Amino acid sequence: MSAHVLQSNNSIYQRRLLQHRVGILLSISAMSIGISALLWILAVLVINGLGAIDLHMFTHTTPAPGSEGGGLLNPIVGSLMMVGIATLISTPIGIFAGMYLAEYGDESRFAQTTRFVTDIMLSAPSIVIGLFIYAIYVANVRHFAGWAGSYAIALIAIPVVVRTTDNMLALVPSSLREAAYALGAPRWKVATMIRLRAVKAGVLTGILLAVARISGETAPLLFTALNNQFFSVDMNAPMANLPVVIFQFAMSPYDNWRELAWGGALLITFSVLALNIVARLLVRSGKNN
Amino acid sequence: MNTATLNDPMTTALDESVTIKVNDLNFFYGSFQGLKNIQLDVYDKKVTAFIGPSGCGKSTLLRTLNRMYDLYPGQRAEGSIVYKGRNILDKDVDVNVLRAKIGMVFQKPTPFPMSIYENIAFGVRLYENLPKGEMDERVEWALNKAAIWTEVKDKLQKSGLSLSGGQQQRLCIARAVAVKPDVLLLDEPTSALDPISTVKIEELISELKDDYTITIVTHNMQQAARCSDFTAYMYLGELVEFGETDKIFLNPSKKETQDYITGRFG
Repeated sequence: MSAHVLQSNNSIYQRRLLQHRVGILLSISAMSIGISALLWILAVLVINGLGAIDLHMFTHTTPAPGSEGGGLLNPIVGSLMMVGIATLISTPIGIFAGMYLAEYGDESRFAQTTRFVTDIMLSAPSIVIGLFIYAIYVANVRHFAGWAGSYAIALIAIPVVVRTTDNMLALVPSSLREAAYALGAPRWKVATMIRLRAVKAGVLTGILLAVARISGETAPLLFTALNNQFFSVDMNAPMANLPVVIFQFAMSPYDNWRELAWGGALLITFSVLALNIVARLLVRSGKNN
Repeated sequence: MNTATLNDPMTTALDESVTIKVNDLNFFYGSFQGLKNIQLDVYDKKVTAFIGPSGCGKSTLLRTLNRMYDLYPGQRAEGSIVYKGRNILDKDVDVNVLRAKIGMVFQKPTPFPMSIYENIAFGVRLYENLPKGEMDERVEWALNKAAIWTEVKDKLQKSGLSLSGGQQQRLCIARAVAVKPDVLLLDEPTSALDPISTVKIEELISELKDDYTITIVTHNMQQAARCSDFTAYMYLGELVEFGETDKIFLNPSKKETQDYITGRFG
């Protein structure tokens, strides 16, 4: 019986089919390695950290060495304050700088240089940023401070916001801008009321991603906010924060400290995960808009 | 002596029926010359169509009339385009004021990312400070002018992007009309639309010409024949023939025009 008209034993076709299967196999295995690493991390965190997460963790401060129990209230509040202030600093700077780059990036040498420097800042090791703030702030006021921590992580967030704002604005079709210019709108109005508005979901996503990025930074806080074992909302004093507490507690000899470190790690990871998911949803709603 | 040559076109523009007088217009994209020695009169409250094959410069010509090319460094125009006694190519012309007087509608509908109402009000607010009631009236008036009021009157607060393509384009026309310009430049306004929407836009053009001077770029020769009073046939950056639409389509004086119109070329 002869082959069906839709079957081919042609050798070129057979070879292509084989290549296709090998290609699919390779990509699936690469994907599974990547995703299993992520799932593994999440599983270890959940197994070790879930036990530590209870109301107690959110209502009690970090325990003194040798004492029982304790929670993460001071590092949670400290992290929220420093990340919050860093976001307030970096959002306007980042958005305005990104708008400047998008508007003038192709015509001005200054803008092109700024874009280049921003890209360098994006990949700068965060410990260098911490040392920088230490040298210009902490060394001058002669004490660690929450402000110093905020400045350090704001410096990390700014290039992220600048770059995403710049990239998002570049996606706005020139026809939309021309339409606004055609009504006699001045450049600043087109830039803010039309162009920025068209990509506000994307820009918001950039801010959320920057927040996610700085929430987990440890190195820049080591030299700036340091840590504080007591509850404090004084931005001029050393300030507790989750990453540094995790760093110190994880290597401690006390069981309750190590358990709190796992709990803190789980808390940060899932907050960052949640931020990323919200960012995703925003992008999606922006597309449908 | 220089002033004399500058003043020259002003006297010729006194002819009341001519809204825009294009004289010796040359246009450059960097070193490439996109328009060569264009002479053209755009008549008051008439529809003037620019036709010709792709790349012939018809859109370029349209975009010189509101100096849209100003947005792009490296593009420049020489010669004169006289509108209301002024050469609009002069450096000291305020292009924003000019564009408020010479409105434009583009090939693809370009609603702003805001509500239908705000789409209209945005342009009006640029030059007028209207109280809420008058703004509401203006929005209704403009949407009526663009024959879309009945379709959107119950959803003015919905996003302009939620409309269909043909509705979006009429919204864009309403937006252009709302600022009360003298001239409307239409750059292939129906090429992205379905036939039914196209018919609506064409009917709209015939109504709008009672109040506005209209120039339209089109790829569609039947469209030019149907809606325009004057037609300019362009080829390779030159204006080959310009005249009344009936004459261009029925009895063109140049062979190139006839070849293009009859479809033997282009």
